[in-house]
Amino acid sequence: MLVIRRDLVDAMVAHARRDHPDEACGQIAGPEGSDRPERIIEMENAERSPTFYRFDAAEQLKVYREMQANDEEAVVIYHSHTATEAYPSRTDIKFANEPQAHYVLVSTRDPIEYELRSYRIVDGVVTEEPVKIIES
Amino acid sequence: MAVTVSIPTILRTHTGGEKSVSASGATLAEVIDDLENNHGGLKARLVKEGALHRFVNVYVNDEDVRFSGGLEAAVKDGDNVTILPAVAGG
Repeated sequence: MLVIRRDLVDAMVAHARRDHPDEACGQIAGPEGSDRPERIIEMENAERSPTFYRFDAAEQLKVYREMQANDEEAVVIYHSHTATEAYPSRTDIKFANEPQAHYVLVSTRDPIEYELRSYRIVDGVVTEEPVKIIES
Repeated sequence: MAVTVSIPTILRTHTGGEKSVSASGATLAEVIDDLENNHGGLKARLVKEGALHRFVNVYVNDEDVRFSGGLEAAVKDGDNVTILPAVAGG
């Protein structure tokens, strides 16, 4: 189960809406081993594409170093789907390299109602999990 | 020439769980060959058909090797090599 504060959910959705129709991507860092997402980091989508995303490599290194210095890890890795449901695509599964992370998908295909779902992706196997939102 | 190589979580099965290991070589290709000698299986995760995998980022210090010669990128004593799988999808 992903337990996450309301303001972090709102921030992911706002980021996804802002970058629509391109996919938005980012991560939420938390203390290593805590499974507690705390600090949202909006990442540049180097692909600037409505169907693909990739963290900008230079920014990824910078953020990785920051997280290491703070004893943090990526608790959530999120991205948006702008025309399809919030379910991992084949490429999402192929490139999922963080077995400890919650993979969050936000769909912005509907201009009013968003859809937000969370998954574990380990060795090519997708498992959906409940999302518990803590009112902040 | 000894360098320190940071290993991402997903590849630590090849290093017995170690987050960073040392290796030697004058180019990234030599460093990867040396890694392979001590941590079998790593090379295939990094190199495909004589080039770096498209979806693996490798940095020498702060430089993305994609812009500094790829596998031929020079490394020198004390450099830090960081391996990060691309975070990508569709």
